[in-house]
Amino acid sequence: MFKRMVVTLFLSTFSFAVMADTLYITLEKDNALAVVDGETGKLLKTVPLGQRPRGIALSKDETQLYVAASDDDTIQIIDVATLKVVGNLPAGEDPETFRLHRDGKHIYVSNEDDDIVTVIDVDTKLAIKEIAVGVEPEGIAVSDDGKWVVNTSETTNMVHWIDPVSNTIKANTLVDPRPRAAAFSTNSQTLYVTSEIAGSLSKLNVASTKVESKLYFKIPGVDKELIQPVGVLVHPNDTLLFVALGPANRVAVVNMETFEVEKYLLVGQRVWNLAFSPDLKRLYTTNGVSNDISIIDVDDLKVTKSVRVGHYPWGIAVKK
Amino acid sequence: MVWPLCLSIFLMLVHLSSYANVVNIKVGFLLEKTPVLPALSNLDPVLTDEGIQGAELAIKDNNTTGKFTGHQYDLKTVEIPVGGDVNAAFEQLLKEGYSYVIVSVQAATLGKLSATATMKNALLFNVATTSGVFRSGQCGVNLFHIIPSDEMRADALAQYMLKKRWNKWFLVKGTDKKDKNFATAIKRSAKRFGIKIVEEKTWTFDHDARRTAQADIPVFTQGADYDVLVVADVKGLFGEYLTMNTWLPRPVVGTQGMVPRAWHRTHERWGAVQMQNRFYKQAGRWMNDVDYASWLAVRTIGEAVTRASSPNVSAIKSFMLSEEFSVAGFKGTKLTFRMWNNQLRQPVLLATPRSIVSVMPHKEFLHPRTYLDTLGYDKPESTCHF
Repeated sequence: MFKRMVVTLFLSTFSFAVMADTLYITLEKDNALAVVDGETGKLLKTVPLGQRPRGIALSKDETQLYVAASDDDTIQIIDVATLKVVGNLPAGEDPETFRLHRDGKHIYVSNEDDDIVTVIDVDTKLAIKEIAVGVEPEGIAVSDDGKWVVNTSETTNMVHWIDPVSNTIKANTLVDPRPRAAAFSTNSQTLYVTSEIAGSLSKLNVASTKVESKLYFKIPGVDKELIQPVGVLVHPNDTLLFVALGPANRVAVVNMETFEVEKYLLVGQRVWNLAFSPDLKRLYTTNGVSNDISIIDVDDLKVTKSVRVGHYPWGIAVKK
Repeated sequence: MVWPLCLSIFLMLVHLSSYANVVNIKVGFLLEKTPVLPALSNLDPVLTDEGIQGAELAIKDNNTTGKFTGHQYDLKTVEIPVGGDVNAAFEQLLKEGYSYVIVSVQAATLGKLSATATMKNALLFNVATTSGVFRSGQCGVNLFHIIPSDEMRADALAQYMLKKRWNKWFLVKGTDKKDKNFATAIKRSAKRFGIKIVEEKTWTFDHDARRTAQADIPVFTQGADYDVLVVADVKGLFGEYLTMNTWLPRPVVGTQGMVPRAWHRTHERWGAVQMQNRFYKQAGRWMNDVDYASWLAVRTIGEAVTRASSPNVSAIKSFMLSEEFSVAGFKGTKLTFRMWNNQLRQPVLLATPRSIVSVMPHKEFLHPRTYLDTLGYDKPESTCHF
């Protein structure tokens, strides 16, 4: 109880005033982008995109959106002001998940079908390197200190540690079956990896690249087979992290210090990806099967709203 | 051209620097040819590489992983002509050091190979024989079943029918041994799930139903009223013509119509699209059940080799049967082995030619161990003694 209060107090210091924000959500089956007002939860508009849009990110200056159009084998560049496609990046075949390096100049894309991670130079719009990784590369994460890019391979079941200076693999760590997403702690000392089939979250020590401990999710009344952790998001204060549990239709709130689940929040069906509002007041989840997003109040850890956005909402990017 | 070359040199360097001693794992594939069936129509090409394509894809997958773990997988495929000595081919593979052998053979052959495997401490992976005999009764301690059994398929159908409340079945079976096996499995499932078989008939007519379907089938399907027609025609000699020709307007399920399968080309959930694409790119055709089982067999070996303490056969086998083992197969849940009969637990897809109707079991079918054990021979039923 006391701990919760401290956490809550700590969280609230981050948020002085509620800021307006805009959510950009890729709709995998609609080949479209949904634009939602974060504060009101209102669907503002839906804009057509390339085939099977999945991963999405804002450029560092937030003037452009990058969207992986998986079936078009490209990353589309979208002007945020006009929501028009203004260019393409050579993303390789079937790009799904990607991350922008903290330098804002390089994108790391997983190419599922070719077992490679493609590195794209955003300025020159050229693919500068293809890094051979395990089978079905999936999750990508970049550490805040910019020293590491990690990639998870779903069938090889490994975390590949990529040095972004040389763009070569420096280490590989075997993790639980079907690793999906990865996220670094804000201090860049810990890496968290979800394993969809094992139903677990692994905690890796960045310095040693070894698995330190594992957390297996258990929800009373929910079959363990349905608990399939996918997206993971670390709160910038390094006290809480959130894990989307797929068809268990819940988001787990994990205390990073004790590495235990504090709470399970019931959201929409097959929850995939997560994002915070810029003021960290709200957490958004994309729910693939129920075709909506859930909005969570981060201070109260309560689900406040669900918004219907279109078919198979997948990725989400949030702009101030 | 230059790029892939650079890449491979780079990989080799990584490889060599990390693993001075690469461990070699030899995987064999025995394919027993069967007489080519009279074609019902020219719709489907006769596959000469069924299963092999799946195994080859998984070998590639394993080797991609292997370059990080220091394992090299080799695949040797041996095709045995109709009437050839499969056991001799198996013994030859064993002599050459192939201790993990995938088998796509006739049921009668499987029993012989299983005895040899026990004697010679090799592991067999059955990817084609669905007969329940090998899952209850004639079990082999070193015989692992990757393909779902007839009983698992029939239970999947029965669960779905129960949910739809289609509780009265009209069973039509062919005269082949495999048809009889499937029909037996259907009757077992009906009993298990409280479904009544109101009528049972054996199709003994001419197989060229193209000519006679409209005349024979309406008459043949008259009798007691029923909810659904269940057909057992494994070779597909007449079953396709039952749909839309029955006397009463009733759905057709079983070996035709809505079919319980290990894999289907329209399956796209849980990342299956990636699998479909990778397979199609390699094989130039869609993956079928045997290809899927073969892929899964090689992946099972790979998973066990990566995670077990040692690559020797006994260590791999005990790891496969341990709590720690699981393999991912694009079915939304981890797949593990049943310790009582070495059958791989897995969901079964109910598919019509161009869609997936449902993935069984549904979670409403409860089981104290795992909902997957509501399909097929459960521990108390199985008469295997290991």
